[in-house]
Amino acid sequence: MEWETVIGLEIHAQLATKSKIFSGSATAYGAEPNTQANLVDLGYPGVLPVLNREVVRMAAKFGLAVGATVAKRSVFARKNYFYPDLPKGYQISQYELPIVQAGKLEIVLDDGARKTVGITRAHLEEDAGKSLHEDFQGFSGIDLNRAGTPLLEIVSEPDMRSAKEAVAYMKRIHTLVRYLEICDGNMQEGSFRCDANVSVRPKGQEKYGTRCELKNLNSFRFIEKAINHEVARQIDVIEGGGTIRQETRLYDPDKDETRPLRSKEEANDYRYFPDPDLLPVVIEQSFIDDVRATLPELPDQKAARFVEQHGLSPYDAGTLSASREVGDYYEAVVAALGEPHAKLAANWVMGDLSAALNKDGLEITDSRIGAAGLAALLNRIVDETISGKIAKEVFEAMWGEGQSADAIIDARGLKQITDSGAIEKVIDEVIAANPKQLGDYRSGKDKLFGFFVGQVMKVSGGKANPAQVNDLLKAKLQG
Amino acid sequence: MSLTRHDVENIARLARLALTPADMASLSDSLPRILTFVEQLGAAQTAAVEPMAHPLEGQSQRLRSDTVTETDAHERYQQNAARVEAGLYLVPKVIE
Amino acid sequence: MHTLTLAELSNGIKSRRFSSVDVTRHFLDRIERLNPALNAFITVTADQALAQAAAADQAIAAGKGGPLTGVPIAHKDIFCTDGVLTTCASKMLSNFVSPYDATVVRKLKEAGVVMLGKTNMDEFAMGSSNETSWYGPVKNPWDLTRVPGGSSGGSAAAVAARIAPAATGTDTGGSIRQPAALTALTGVKPTYGRVSRYGMIAYASSLDQGGVLTLNAEDAALLLTAMSGFDERDSTSVDLPVPDYTATLNQPLKGLKVGILKEFFGQGLEASTESLVREALKVYEQLGATLVEVSLPNLPLSVPTYYVVAPAECSSNLSRFDGVRFGYSCDSPKDLLDLYTRSRGEGFGAEVKRRIMTGTYVLSAGYYDAYYIKAQKVRQLISDDFRRAFAQVDLLAGPTAPTTAFGLGAKVDDPITMYLNDIYTIGANLAGLPALSLPCGFSDGLPVGLQLIGPHFAEAKLLNAAHQYQQQTEWHKRVPAGYES
Repeated sequence: MEWETVIGLEIHAQLATKSKIFSGSATAYGAEPNTQANLVDLGYPGVLPVLNREVVRMAAKFGLAVGATVAKRSVFARKNYFYPDLPKGYQISQYELPIVQAGKLEIVLDDGARKTVGITRAHLEEDAGKSLHEDFQGFSGIDLNRAGTPLLEIVSEPDMRSAKEAVAYMKRIHTLVRYLEICDGNMQEGSFRCDANVSVRPKGQEKYGTRCELKNLNSFRFIEKAINHEVARQIDVIEGGGTIRQETRLYDPDKDETRPLRSKEEANDYRYFPDPDLLPVVIEQSFIDDVRATLPELPDQKAARFVEQHGLSPYDAGTLSASREVGDYYEAVVAALGEPHAKLAANWVMGDLSAALNKDGLEITDSRIGAAGLAALLNRIVDETISGKIAKEVFEAMWGEGQSADAIIDARGLKQITDSGAIEKVIDEVIAANPKQLGDYRSGKDKLFGFFVGQVMKVSGGKANPAQVNDLLKAKLQG
Repeated sequence: MSLTRHDVENIARLARLALTPADMASLSDSLPRILTFVEQLGAAQTAAVEPMAHPLEGQSQRLRSDTVTETDAHERYQQNAARVEAGLYLVPKVIE
Repeated sequence: MHTLTLAELSNGIKSRRFSSVDVTRHFLDRIERLNPALNAFITVTADQALAQAAAADQAIAAGKGGPLTGVPIAHKDIFCTDGVLTTCASKMLSNFVSPYDATVVRKLKEAGVVMLGKTNMDEFAMGSSNETSWYGPVKNPWDLTRVPGGSSGGSAAAVAARIAPAATGTDTGGSIRQPAALTALTGVKPTYGRVSRYGMIAYASSLDQGGVLTLNAEDAALLLTAMSGFDERDSTSVDLPVPDYTATLNQPLKGLKVGILKEFFGQGLEASTESLVREALKVYEQLGATLVEVSLPNLPLSVPTYYVVAPAECSSNLSRFDGVRFGYSCDSPKDLLDLYTRSRGEGFGAEVKRRIMTGTYVLSAGYYDAYYIKAQKVRQLISDDFRRAFAQVDLLAGPTAPTTAFGLGAKVDDPITMYLNDIYTIGANLAGLPALSLPCGFSDGLPVGLQLIGPHFAEAKLLNAAHQYQQQTEWHKRVPAGYES
């Protein structure tokens, strides 16, 4: 039987505020245990939550960016359950009336195809603390620094049909929240986390299969592996005559397997009800207008501008706008180089630079060659000081030695030869050394022109100006 | 309204309450009576009525500015805790 | 000295007839002598009180005192007090030293008020007789075999016995007004949102409101003026200016329209209580008010509505008591579930467990709509009834409690009978309205209270109406036998 995979994602993005969602405690990552957990975060008797304005603004920003409805009235509810990382015994979240409702996002797949994924909702909630499982004589340690950190939970429709689509969607959201500067996107520190609801159904069947929730998918690589693994597991179970139980499963990246979580516990009954300590969040149109005015250029808008203004292909424009940092780098190079040379900048950013970054496992913000440095190199191509081929050599040297393009060109004597006398001298040498080929060329073997160009370039150490070589060589060969 | 012993135990489990036999006997008697008592609400005509979650209608949530106002006082706060080590609150091992 | 009102004590201290230290020492002595029989205090903060009093005397000597500088009061043990045991009368918090002050406590401290100690109460404010306290029941000074009412029973007994000149309380379903009625005090529950809930340990967040128990309306006005106001730490506190409630006490009542709450005079109301309340209403007529009968048809559903809403909120509010960060923690837990269930099972008393269980049930899957949503809808109906009534009248009046103080132990075995004590007081909490109780006579030597309810933020009018009545009557000046000297 042919199976179809159905995936929906719940992404938790920590909002990049200074203070917590309901208290004035700091949100900095990595502080000593419980030093950023104050009375409200600890759920002390008598304390009360007060909502952080910035959190509302960031959620509205996200809502506008995905074309969603930013609810004029949203309500915080309590989700009741007992867990050591949840100090109050309930999590303040949004349930029936979330702040962001019904948006959508277009994703681009590897083959260039585009697909729209529905965003059911995005709601605000508080993060939990952390349980540290290293052994304290049979006890776990609880650090509540993270408790109360603002989260935006972004819930997609079950619109994705493969792990690759899920990854593409997650990357798109990741790009977007960083564009919007509402989340630092740091997956290692847990600022951007993802749960996936995965089910399979026979191809053509309309009804969804029973889904399992995969937790802890905290890297793009894991999510693809975990989903593929889970899909295979579900198909195995069904084809073996079994049925899928709705459950939460944890992905273990070390063993590359998923296993059921909290299986012993009875089904949770969260007893949601409106939090009486908080009033409905009412957003005025003027607030939404203000937020809209602060929206940065979004990836699609940036790509369209690169096509129109820089004459890039839609594919290149899409690649360069997929991450805000890459777009910023590229634009900085273009600014230094001039828009007529945008295509050159694009090729280098996507080509040599990207390859070098990948090789060293670096982000573009940590590149060994900054935008100004790359622009200086490319300028030497534009002003014909060096050829494109020599530029690759210079680039490699810059990457390794950290020196400027000009310093390397000077030190290695790579400056292009444009003196026609000097070039003619080389051509004469080459012609003299290859009488047979000269004869053949003159008797009609035009193809040998390339051979002579190659020889001239080789003898000149690649430094002869290729256009001049062409012109002068043509004249000389004709005799 | 009647509740079985099993019902009462289920509620106690959700509420994380260990009940003594005396608690159990008392609750098995009083809970159904309380629920029966509140069920007189069922007679009220509420078809077109919005639930009232809050006594001050028309009020909306105030928003505070995003500033850090709290400083570390964990040593003081942890004086109230039964089990603490290395700045952490201790609980019997959490197994996932 | 102990029969003086707060206002009189304040004047005496300011005019240096006696010092704050004199007054404070006097009340501390009375507490030491009289409290053992009453059990009104859980904690007496004698050293701190004397230090605060000495500071107040210095401030006055330096010409810096305000209207409350140097007067001592007691706080209900539901208010968090920095560095002082704060128990909520529960074993669960029997070891809890709060690291911060409730806003009410802070404001009164800043006004120069001296704290004598923390008063007994029903455990987590759940009760109407002060018999659910882990620290034992409080006795009514008017008759030591009877309850003082609850949940602010310790505050009521302390003020009635003149071992504290005034006390704070909290009122979720009548917990200030009913004990005030049963002990011949003036008890005020302000509008929801008028007094900050920050640091007031939550029972039912949408109903809880802090207030005062005092000897008369003037004292209540003095304290409320200092206690009330917007608090940026409480999202439900209201950002409206606080008037000086003492400034309008003497306004004439001519033309005041008082609605007689028809539903408060039905079955269950003791005849002697009814006749005393009706006589009190005649006094209002003599003061120039007009009386009209008003019907609030949904009001009889107040108690069942309350016993869904309050337990639901409490079941969630009390989840934080889990034996981990503060409060009682059971011995040698064998696993996490054991830590939770035993700490909570051993730390909470029977009534608290009953309400947590009720609340957990009404919020659980499959019952939420039938119980919780239904109750919130009826709450809306009750609130609408009040709104319609206040379109016709300025204040509503009726009895505070259906009977005078009942005997200790008389109702402990029957929760529903106990819950019905609050039949007249719960409506104001559901609708968030300000209300007060004031003494209006005695039946067989036991006090009876008249309740006045006003529209939102009508505290000044309520206090004015109570004060005018107290200019015509002496009920509030009676001191229970054995506590005069």
